[in-house]
Amino acid sequence: MNILADIVSATILFMIPLLLVALGGMFSERSGVVNIALEGIMIIGALCSCLFLRYMDSSGFGPAHPQGAMFLAILVSAFSGAIFALLLAFASVNLKADQTIGGTALNMLAPAFAIVLTWAIQGQGQTTILIPTWARITQETLGIAVKDNFFQAFLFKSFYQTTIWAVFLFIIATVLLYKTRFGLRLRACGEHPQAADSVGVNVYRMRYAGVFISGLLGGIGGLAYTLAAGSAFQSTVAGYGFLALAVMIFGNWKPLNILGASLFFALFKILGSYSGSIPFLPKFDNIRASEYIYLMLPYIVTMIVLVLTSKKSRAPKAEGIPYDKGRR
Amino acid sequence: MEAKKRRTLRIPGSTSILASLISIGVGLIVGLILLYVLNAKAAGGAFISLVTTGFRSTDKFAKMLYQAAPLIMTGLSVGFAFKTGLFNIGATGQYTVGAAFALIGAIQFQLPWYICLLLAFIGGAIWGIFPGLFKALYNVNEVITSIMFNWIAMFAVNLTINNLPMMLAKYWGGAQMDRTANLAQANPSALIPRMGLDVLMKSNYMNISIFIAIIFALISWVILSKTTFGYELKACGYNRNASIYAGINAKRNIVLSMVISGAFAGVGGGLYFLAGTGQYTLVKQLLSAGFNGIPVALLATSNPIGTIFSAFFVSYIQVGGDAMQPDFVKEIIDIIISVIIYLAAFALLTRELLARGKQRRADDAADAMDAIAPAPEAKDEVK
Repeated sequence: MNILADIVSATILFMIPLLLVALGGMFSERSGVVNIALEGIMIIGALCSCLFLRYMDSSGFGPAHPQGAMFLAILVSAFSGAIFALLLAFASVNLKADQTIGGTALNMLAPAFAIVLTWAIQGQGQTTILIPTWARITQETLGIAVKDNFFQAFLFKSFYQTTIWAVFLFIIATVLLYKTRFGLRLRACGEHPQAADSVGVNVYRMRYAGVFISGLLGGIGGLAYTLAAGSAFQSTVAGYGFLALAVMIFGNWKPLNILGASLFFALFKILGSYSGSIPFLPKFDNIRASEYIYLMLPYIVTMIVLVLTSKKSRAPKAEGIPYDKGRR
Repeated sequence: MEAKKRRTLRIPGSTSILASLISIGVGLIVGLILLYVLNAKAAGGAFISLVTTGFRSTDKFAKMLYQAAPLIMTGLSVGFAFKTGLFNIGATGQYTVGAAFALIGAIQFQLPWYICLLLAFIGGAIWGIFPGLFKALYNVNEVITSIMFNWIAMFAVNLTINNLPMMLAKYWGGAQMDRTANLAQANPSALIPRMGLDVLMKSNYMNISIFIAIIFALISWVILSKTTFGYELKACGYNRNASIYAGINAKRNIVLSMVISGAFAGVGGGLYFLAGTGQYTLVKQLLSAGFNGIPVALLATSNPIGTIFSAFFVSYIQVGGDAMQPDFVKEIIDIIISVIIYLAAFALLTRELLARGKQRRADDAADAMDAIAPAPEAKDEVK
């Protein structure tokens, strides 16, 4: 039973960054800007918030008020990611540059910047930023007695504040996109910016807003990934930004579908890494290093599902095209 | 009508080179400022070693050429797909599969180097088919397919190599379990020939791979600018609907473009690992070599001949970046390159501005000529 609790809790842990970042990508693309820079945004968000957590740890505020410091770290990750994303907005909205190229540049800049900054702050050769242990929410945090039951194993194995916020952010994102004037205008800018402009919507501002929101969510996603992946930030998010991009397309640019897609992907990924300890999975005893078969699985299954659902897939019509007022 | 023809002339290549050079200049200045901010004392010396190391000794120059060869190939790969309007972010996967095919040929089957390189070509091409087919048949975005197949490639290659016991260094008396055999031990005939160049350049890195890469660049240039097939590919890239209307089979072209693009990247993997100086390590991270092809292609604005030079440049400052250690971390190079790419992203804008200035001057000159001489001469003037 405990293995099931482990799997469920690990799945949720890895699903959170995918969900947040894919939602971020959705806001950007729904406004008409292809955001391939999600990977870089995640790295910057993780970098700044991990540095902030280190600072909180050494200043004494962190150990005294762990969840308060964690909340501030989430804000730091969100806004650092958003500010970094503005570089993409500037290139693709103001300068009408190729969005893929600008995004690629930012993806390249972020890890290099993270390594250079980590060196500069921590000294030569120190490329990892350790996350303080108090960042996790435990039974102690909530004042509950530790019991060895399914519920606690599932909940407190790896429970962080990012998980709670992800639930709220998902609801907010869905409402924002579908139930507000802002959301309607944002979607209009991604479908037919000329039409939106003709009724008085400021397309440039909407696209800036879309990219900014994707930076906020991407930054938090970076922190969530780092918390999920281990105890330290090592200037990388291991391609999760790109995976989130895939999840977004897989989720058809819609919040609820993205939720499903990220759950699906995370589940298969966790099944892969737990393959050895799940009794009913085939073991492939005559093949060496058979764990690679399971590690491949989420990617192959995603491809199959994408092919099966390709008929329904519909990208925002105007994504990737710089908005030019003079063109119609 | 003459005037109209003049003003719609294509943007000439010289301005696009100028735009790239301006980007490079700004990128280097940013790098210099960064060095000063990080460590003002060592900055000057480090910057000088950054920009001069590649030419300082034949050994460093040889290393620059050695690193440039796979960069040219991955740059060609990305650039070729760009020309057809596709973003091949999967060069990493194709590079990995190409490398694996070449190494399996070399170690498991003891084949000579040219056959191994052919295998690398085939391996990359096979991995390029998938994004192309999925795009053409099911309209799945090639970016997502490429990303998925990058990971599938890495895991599949690790799985395969693990199950071919001859492949690992341990079988050949090496200590490591986690990497492929040293080619010099396992099969010296699979090493890319050096033709005495290593003696001439006094460097172990030197072999003929750079010439092979340049030949591929020329082939790519011929395909793109001298054949009907290349014209069709570019037409699909400019405007897919218009090309379909004109009777071009866009689906076939998408698949073929990705196959050729994949083959280029595969050869890049072959060139790198058949040099014998690097062994394939079984890691769980994607190889960065394929991703480095993206900035190379962007800097060259996807032009195959330009790719040769931009790969030289990237490799040159990478060699310089290694020489900056240990005072500075070598990732500063990546910052410089990314600044250059960021500027290149709106190079189109800069280029248009430059071209507009040039065109205006030419127009003025032509108008002046019109006043004195008849039109045909004015046309020559613009050319």
